Amino acid sequence: MRINEHPILSFTKGKLVKFTFDGKEYEGYEGEPIAAALHAAGIKVLGHTHELGRPRGFYCAIGNCSSCLMTVNGEPNVRVCVEKLKEGMVVETQKGRGELK
Amino acid sequence: MIKTDIAIVGGGPAGLCAAISAASQGANVTIIEKASNLGGQLIKQTHMFFGSQKQYASTRGIDIPDILMNELKKLGSLVNVMLDSTVLGLYEDGVLTVEQNNKYIKIKPDSIIIATGASEKFLAFPNNDLPGIYGAGAVQTLMNVHGIKPGNKVVMVGAGNIGLIVSYQLLQAGIEVKAIIDAAPKIGGYYVHASKVRRMGVPILTSHTVKYAHGKEVLKKVTIVKLDNNWQEVPGSEIDIDADVMCISVGLSPLAELLWQVGCDMIYVPELGGHVPVRNQELETSVKGVYVAGDVAGVEEASSAMVEGRLAGLCAAKNLGYAKENFEELKNDCIEQLYSLRSGPVGEKIRAGLSKVIV
Ligand SMILES: Cc1cc2nc3c(=O)[nH]c(=O)nc-3n(C[C@H](O)[C@H](O)[C@H](O)COP(=O)(O)OP(=O)(O)OC[C@H]3O[C@@H](n4cnc5c(N)ncnc54)[C@H](O)[C@@H]3O)c2cc1C
Ligand code: FES
Repeated sequence: MRINEHPILSFTKGKLVKFTFDGKEYEGYEGEPIAAALHAAGIKVLGHTHELGRPRGFYCAIGNCSSCLMTVNGEPNVRVCVEKLKEGMVVETQKGRGELK
Repeated sequence: MIKTDIAIVGGGPAGLCAAISAASQGANVTIIEKASNLGGQLIKQTHMFFGSQKQYASTRGIDIPDILMNELKKLGSLVNVMLDSTVLGLYEDGVLTVEQNNKYIKIKPDSIIIATGASEKFLAFPNNDLPGIYGAGAVQTLMNVHGIKPGNKVVMVGAGNIGLIVSYQLLQAGIEVKAIIDAAPKIGGYYVHASKVRRMGVPILTSHTVKYAHGKEVLKKVTIVKLDNNWQEVPGSEIDIDADVMCISVGLSPLAELLWQVGCDMIYVPELGGHVPVRNQELETSVKGVYVAGDVAGVEEASSAMVEGRLAGLCAAKNLGYAKENFEELKNDCIEQLYSLRSGPVGEKIRAGLSKVIV
């Protein structure tokens, strides 16, 4: 669901790149937040809470609230609302709290 | 350890103006901004701003950062900008710790201006954590910065300026706004904004709140309910609205963690959005050499944030020994601008709040 026409804004996009989300391939624009690319692909649920398993989406979209934590290229607890999309990224729903390496 | 005269945390309108005015007096400044670009909240404000000419009224918010950046450029090497850099800690010995691209950096400035802005408040109701329920600012970022529709049918909660403006911007992006609701009996925002969305057919329901959000994995439906004069639900007044997005726009609270860390005296002032630091006329907090400007000092507007930034920058520079002959004139001009921005009935709440924290 991208905005194609806007009365005031025009959107300059990076190049189209491929990434995977839970093993499935998607496309997005390089440099946009991972959450934006996922949302454009219709994916709103980014994870589930540890205790009650309730679905989580983003909330603030500017890196303040940590509602959007996912595992990216194996690294857990990445705020995908501010992490920029790159070619070939492996984005996964996070299971558990993640470990510090 | 990086050294600089004045470290400015946050590159929004307040931080940018602080940098301009401090460097204009001759101080060396470092702006530390966690995002990849400067401008703070301005980068998503597609509407024309209010205020007076001095605060760029009738310029679109998105165009103001460029104007400020041009001013910054003229100051040359006195201004350093660190992007993608998050200030993590502010210690009692005045050291700032910063994360930049997974690197840990320490900065020792002589003074610090905190201009971190504010974050969106949340609202309590059953299922308020469902995906599809977003901060109004988040929806604005998604749509105006990244060009992505948040969904198709929106319920806006909050009829203050942000709720009204974001509703209008949703309509501009071709998204349906089913209703704007507000628990208060009166519309909080300016009537010009309210009548714009009303003319486009969006109902504004005052004395209404959210009773329930429906959906298993994502938001599907919102139940709203009417409130009586005592803010109690009126039984049988529930209305169901099909919606895949609910925007929460019930105010902001200052992002004051760093001020707490360094031990500033803080007071809870509801009129200013939450806990804010005690400060003097020069915007210096109870911790010597730590200044504040913008929404973190009290949630207001970009116009006042910019003037506060200029004032804090000027005074921080002067107190380090950098003052040009026009210092007093500039300082008085800032104080007058703030006074006029906060005059009249619109500024009543802010004036009441500030009277509790300015010493
Ligand atoms: C929808 C909407 C409409 C608005 N309309 C108007 C209007 O018409 N007129 C008007 O005057 N105002 C308007 N405002 C208000 C205005 O945008 C804010 O008051 C203003 O942006 C506050 O400026 P600031 O510099 O204090 O904070 P911000 O603009 O929030 O900037 C703070 C900056 O600090 C950075 N930061 C935070 N923490 C850290 C950290 N730890 N390390 C490094 N960087 C950090 C942030 O990334 C951000 O860039 C509107 C706001 C919204 C949301
Ligand atoms: S949505 Fe708030 S941090 Fe990502």
